[in-house]
Amino acid sequence: MNYCVLMAYVPDTASIIKLGATGNRIDEAGVKWIVSPYDEYALEEAIKIKEARGGSVTVLAYGPERVQQGLRECLARGADAAAHVGGGEGTFGDALAIARVLAAAVAKLGPFDLVLTGVKGVGSDNALVGATVAALLDLPHVAGIVKLDLGEGRLTAHREVEGGGEVIEAPLPCVLSAHKGLNEPRYPSLKGIMASKKIPVQALTVADLGLDEAALAGAEARCRWRKLELPPAKAAGTIIPGEENPAAAAAQLAHLLREQAKAI
Amino acid sequence: MGGILTFIEQREGQIRKASLEALAEARRRATELGGEATAVLVGHGITDKAAALGGVRVLVADEERFARFSAEGYTAVVAAAAERVQPAAIFVAATAAGRDVAGRLSARLGAGCLADVTQIRVEGGSLVAVRPVYSGKAIATADGGTGPCVIVTLRPNVFAAEPAAGSPQVERLDGVTAEIRAVVKEIVAAATGELDVAEADVIVAGGRGLKGAENFALVRELANALGAAVGASRAVVDAGWIDHANQVGQTGKVVSPSLYVACGISGAIQHLAGMSSAKIIVAINKDPEAPIFKVADYGIIGDLFQVLPALTAEIRKLKA
Repeated sequence: MNYCVLMAYVPDTASIIKLGATGNRIDEAGVKWIVSPYDEYALEEAIKIKEARGGSVTVLAYGPERVQQGLRECLARGADAAAHVGGGEGTFGDALAIARVLAAAVAKLGPFDLVLTGVKGVGSDNALVGATVAALLDLPHVAGIVKLDLGEGRLTAHREVEGGGEVIEAPLPCVLSAHKGLNEPRYPSLKGIMASKKIPVQALTVADLGLDEAALAGAEARCRWRKLELPPAKAAGTIIPGEENPAAAAAQLAHLLREQAKAI
Repeated sequence: MGGILTFIEQREGQIRKASLEALAEARRRATELGGEATAVLVGHGITDKAAALGGVRVLVADEERFARFSAEGYTAVVAAAAERVQPAAIFVAATAAGRDVAGRLSARLGAGCLADVTQIRVEGGSLVAVRPVYSGKAIATADGGTGPCVIVTLRPNVFAAEPAAGSPQVERLDGVTAEIRAVVKEIVAAATGELDVAEADVIVAGGRGLKGAENFALVRELANALGAAVGASRAVVDAGWIDHANQVGQTGKVVSPSLYVACGISGAIQHLAGMSSAKIIVAINKDPEAPIFKVADYGIIGDLFQVLPALTAEIRKLKA
């Protein structure tokens, strides 16, 4: 069994987002980059399956030079191989363009029994890449899984939907996207870090995949960020001191919520 | 051309409110684009449910193989509906099933997807959407490029759901070719019929200030009094006090309710990212310096063990 993990390298969730000079991107100066937290669940699941059943885990990322650092982290955690498709500046935020590149790379590096990714990257927040890659590769997919049972040639996955859960069955090969709760991602071990240093990161270009990034970012662009803004600053709220008399503060708050905010 | 097709999601015959919101927005924008709104409803034994959609054209695929949701089957039906209608845009509620359909449809039609949008407008004859990115730390204005049409997923609970007057013109959409491989085998109801934070209009959320899992009862009581869903910060989910389905924030659910009450939540940047687009934010915290007060419209500085029961009693009195 072989497994491919699609990884996005994103600003740390603790980052303060500032606007860049172009008006439609963030300011990357000083940003700390991390493997997207949901992709960590995807990677952990792939490594767990490999440990139980054998096979090999390949991590794949599309983006600028810095994503190689993220791929190195994944190797240190236990992935066996890594591939980097360079580029991604012009296709940023365009889930279809990104999925076209990733699907072409999966097809080139495969075949894989499972393709795993996070339910979303915490950046452009499209939460689409898993489903779109699956459809491009003509594979079934299950998005947002919190539990996985792998059988012979089939899988059963649990996922959360609004107001409940679903148990979904699918044949292999299949694309899965991971949600929080699937597992507890491990930290890289010292041994893992040392061993991973010997593994080369395979470098690919978009052209190697038979695609044209200029076209994907130009005539074939399917999502373009025209403008990026910070959320409007909020006016100072009405803060009631309630240390002395909590009951009176509660009564005043309830009154304000009903009469002023019309929220009750 | 210029019309908007809306995918209507139903679960066990129940049409989702988020789909009614998407359809109402589709009707408003289709008028501006000079086209008409059409709905597509998929399932089994659901044809009569189209009545809830009001006076719009509805394409219905009512077959046993669609009794349970499947991303592949439902996507094939929406693609067939798009083939018949030739819409300028396809609207889908940004729910779990909606994202499945939108993602696959994007690949199938070669159309872009503007995901989880909170505002849609028409500029120069095409749709432009406003959507929170970086989990709400920034707001992007985006368009769908030059594709054959554009898919838009609409964040639940943001757009007004006014049904169209009249009754629907139902058209059957039979015999759609679909290869269904991943299928829902079982639907698990949420524990005790709790409201889901992603769809709730009011949320009461608890954090570390509660000091222990057992004290979530105080949050639940206030939530009951308000008819609210129960939310939580990442810290208490990681501590195992409550299920991660309840987590609000950058690695949980990003929500836009009309009222959000944060109890004992200090307001880490990851939490604020997930809830700061709520219309009214209330914070209850003993630390006057807690960052949550910076985004709060109303707040009480005080001991939540005293404030919460008092507030619950006041709300019950007002609602009685």
